[in-house]
Amino acid sequence: MKLNQIIQILDAEILCNVKDESNVNITMACGADLMSDVLAFIKSEALLLTGLTTPQVVYTAENSGVNVVCFVRGKKPSRETVDLAKEKKIVLLATKSPMFESCGKLSKNGLIGCSEVSKQ
Amino acid sequence: MKTKDHKKPSKIQELTYELKVEQVMCKNVTTLKPDNTMNDVRRILRNKKISGIPVIDDDRLVGIVSIEDFLICLLEGGGINEKVENKMTKNVVTVYSDDHIVQLVGKFDRDGYGRFPVVDRDTKKLVGIITKGDIIEGLLKKLEIDYHEEEIHTYRASHIFEDVISDNSILIFKYRIKGGDFKTAGEQTSKLRKNLLRLGFLPETIRRVAIAAFEAEMNIVIYTPEGELVAKIHPEKVTINAIDSGPGIPDVKKAMRQGYSTAPDWVRELGFGAGMGLPNIKNYSDEMTLESKVNEGTNLNFVIYTKKNED
Repeated sequence: MKLNQIIQILDAEILCNVKDESNVNITMACGADLMSDVLAFIKSEALLLTGLTTPQVVYTAENSGVNVVCFVRGKKPSRETVDLAKEKKIVLLATKSPMFESCGKLSKNGLIGCSEVSKQ
Repeated sequence: MKTKDHKKPSKIQELTYELKVEQVMCKNVTTLKPDNTMNDVRRILRNKKISGIPVIDDDRLVGIVSIEDFLICLLEGGGINEKVENKMTKNVVTVYSDDHIVQLVGKFDRDGYGRFPVVDRDTKKLVGIITKGDIIEGLLKKLEIDYHEEEIHTYRASHIFEDVISDNSILIFKYRIKGGDFKTAGEQTSKLRKNLLRLGFLPETIRRVAIAAFEAEMNIVIYTPEGELVAKIHPEKVTINAIDSGPGIPDVKKAMRQGYSTAPDWVRELGFGAGMGLPNIKNYSDEMTLESKVNEGTNLNFVIYTKKNED
């Protein structure tokens, strides 16, 4: 699924898009507020949906090879988090949709979870 | 025969999509009020060596007055004591500070203006002014930065182990970590990760090291007053020592259990401390040892075997 399709489905705002990545293909997603869970289970190049907005979300993304993070339920990160994402070249999105609904919308449109990738 | 490359955008074209007006505009704008005279215009244009001045009334941009307006004023027989508000261009075409440069390039050609006042999208207040010269200067600066980054990136650090002569070479990187500093928690691992990239390790190896080191760094920030990460880089493995000055883990066996945590709620609210840190480090590393003494500190050691990139 193309990133701009995801932006459309979630009606998401782009908070940081260092290079225009809207054509990038996203093959899977992971939704969690616990960064240790993310570090344990997420796969490289997945989309991360989270309600947490600290700079550690950006570090988690960087270290686990995640290029796109979407903040759910209308949460907005601090300027520090956005600046850090710019530096690390991580795309940040924000949607008003809560976690369950965001995941549901994406899943309904055919985006799969990280654990489903190896099953294919 | 034509290749497909002719369709590839140039670096400059790419940059015009990347750079925003606010990154290249002139922020220190000289402005005039509507009741200033054309003599003030002449004086400012001459002293500041600029070609146009925005006119502000009550914080609102109401016009712009340029060399052309000044000349027209003289040609029409108007004196230099004419008020600016009668001679300025009133329908000012503005751009937003968060517009991308690419949106402006066409505008300069199409509208034939030499400059655009820049306003904030929300407040509509004047925040700068932009000319073709500012755009060229901004692009050149960015090109220089990108070129410098590329130069560093392509420096053949990946061949360091072949370049230095010894029976066994080891690189050691030390990173100090301050306890309780959540603003920068993660930055030291980020630096280590960057070094591993430059040394040419495979992405999967780097990912394993980075995740394990990040968890170790977070543990030091969350639970201890201070500590350090010591990474020893061998050609065939990376070993990391995470050492801290206390308070130590009373029951190491319990701490290794998935889901076991002594973290307070505020740590959990930050997305950590759910008893996954040490199990994660164990999962991502090939070997791991943990020694801890209460009131003295903890010494965590883990090893990740590497496969070097073959290029």
